[in-house]
Amino acid sequence: MTPSPLEVRAVTMRFGGLRALTAFELVMRPGELVGLIGPNGAGKTTAFNAITGVYTPTEGEVLVAGERVNGRRPHQICALGVARTFQNIRLFRELTALDNVRIACHAGARSGFFDALLLTARHRAEESRIVARAEEYLEVLGLAHRRDEVAKGLPYGEQRRLEIARALATGPKVLCLDEPAAGMNAAEKGALMALIRGIRDRFGIALLVIEHDMRVVMGVSERILVLDHGVTIAEGRPEAVRRDPKVVEAYLGDAYLEERNIAVPPGGDPGAAP
Amino acid sequence: MGVARASLRSLLPFLVGAPLFLLVQLALDAKGWDDWTIVLVSVGINVVLAVSLNVVNGFTGQFSLGHAGFMAVGAYTAAKITLAFAGTKIAFLPAALSDQVIFALALSAGMAAAALAGFLVGMPSLRLRGDYLAIVTLGFGEIIRSVIENMQFLGGALGLSGVPPLTNLVWAGVSVIATVVMARRLAVSTQGRALFAIREDEVAAEAMGVDTTGYKVRGFVISATYAGLAGGLFVHLHQIATPASFTFIRSFEVVVMVVLGGLGSVTGSVVAAAVLTIALEALREFEQYRMVVYAFLLIVLMLLRPQGIFGTREIWDVPLLRWARLGRGGPAPAPGGASPTEVRDESGRGGRA
Repeated sequence: MTPSPLEVRAVTMRFGGLRALTAFELVMRPGELVGLIGPNGAGKTTAFNAITGVYTPTEGEVLVAGERVNGRRPHQICALGVARTFQNIRLFRELTALDNVRIACHAGARSGFFDALLLTARHRAEESRIVARAEEYLEVLGLAHRRDEVAKGLPYGEQRRLEIARALATGPKVLCLDEPAAGMNAAEKGALMALIRGIRDRFGIALLVIEHDMRVVMGVSERILVLDHGVTIAEGRPEAVRRDPKVVEAYLGDAYLEERNIAVPPGGDPGAAP
Repeated sequence: MGVARASLRSLLPFLVGAPLFLLVQLALDAKGWDDWTIVLVSVGINVVLAVSLNVVNGFTGQFSLGHAGFMAVGAYTAAKITLAFAGTKIAFLPAALSDQVIFALALSAGMAAAALAGFLVGMPSLRLRGDYLAIVTLGFGEIIRSVIENMQFLGGALGLSGVPPLTNLVWAGVSVIATVVMARRLAVSTQGRALFAIREDEVAAEAMGVDTTGYKVRGFVISATYAGLAGGLFVHLHQIATPASFTFIRSFEVVVMVVLGGLGSVTGSVVAAAVLTIALEALREFEQYRMVVYAFLLIVLMLLRPQGIFGTREIWDVPLLRWARLGRGGPAPAPGGASPTEVRDESGRGGRA
């Protein structure tokens, strides 16, 4: 049996006296869509940082493809197959869209500095391979027309998509998206949901999505984890989580449920937008 | 055949450039214009220094102030070797050629020694960012200089004199080509893009699989290597190696050239190094005001054009030249590059997460 692409075992993150994350557990199946929700400060991004190597877990362990990665540097964890986007967009702002994605294609590169210096055949073959790959990811994310534009000049929604293209180009088995819908309008959110499913279907990778927008997270996730004060208070299918009284109390609020029940029929597909 | 064509392409700049520089050198010799030779060679040395420092300060966005230290390592290593072999002839070569071969070996050894020094200094320092890195590299530069000053076999404060005058326009020209070709080819390669990624956002670069520490050290070593080359040329031009030539002032001069030309712009560094060297040569009688001129230039630059003359762009990306090259229908030029302060802000932001 192949090991889970990402397994988190009882990870606790402590910062001085503050426990930001307590005994966080997560086993991702290949190709699974998992949502991670919770109020502000619940520990969602902390969980991401513990998984991707920005932090080393205080307790517990993180396994990527069966390999323990505690204490590894983020680029090593990336190479093992976990890529991420950032809550506050962190593109290489002064570089073109193509270069942003090309940098992420870097992991598999075999030619070195001297190949580049002497323009060896290996170097040139690899450079054209990288360009072709980067263009493919731009195409998939609908950014082909922005190829040579500087990242900071792109519209907000396209910057978000470019971040996803860049993360995909690292060739992950698990893609972690940190609030991909933040700042998007309703139409863009609909398109994003279709995109997230499309990515899973096309690349066959698992996605872990932090999201505040309930419509998005309920719409795309097959399984949802709810964090509150660093503790996982609920886990399960979206319909079940939505009705869990603990979740309602901690996060959604009674008003949300009322609004949902009246405004949108359960199981409606909000992803039908463009 | 493919291999032959590939190596031809890779060496083309040298095959074109070296004969040109040889012609200019012969013309200058024929006219007896030795002063001009010295000025042009000095331009070449400063171009090598500025372009190589740009790999660290411009490409990678790390602020190093220790370039003179690596220049000194290369200078003393090369001088020691040519002095040791002075009078020695390689048996099967004519006398003139024998000297040149020894000089080539000396320059290579200088580059290797500077690279090693770059590695030793870079490993601990590059964990720091921004202002801290600047201070530490400044300190290391001064340490290298004072170590040399206190080593008797390197001549102490008096230095090594009687270094053979082997540097000419051909050596300087070929070194400039080697440095510029290195920087440009690096800039359009996977390795170069990894350096740019570190400059733009270190946290994101790391998350996208770039070994940021490894690449910073590599960039630093490459930069130091070429500073060593400049040092070797420098001592064989002035025929003396003294610690006084490699003080903080020298590092600062190179930083001014890089900032003036535009952090990240190779052609900017070339232009700025040439203009500053020639301007200072022309204003030789005001030599004692040199630092005032530098400081004044920097203030004016920061007020009027903080990203430097070319920003992160190259000379062929400048709107007028682009227009000439591509015609009216060409794509719009990229917006101006990052100012040095912006670059440092980026690295500061990288430290917070």
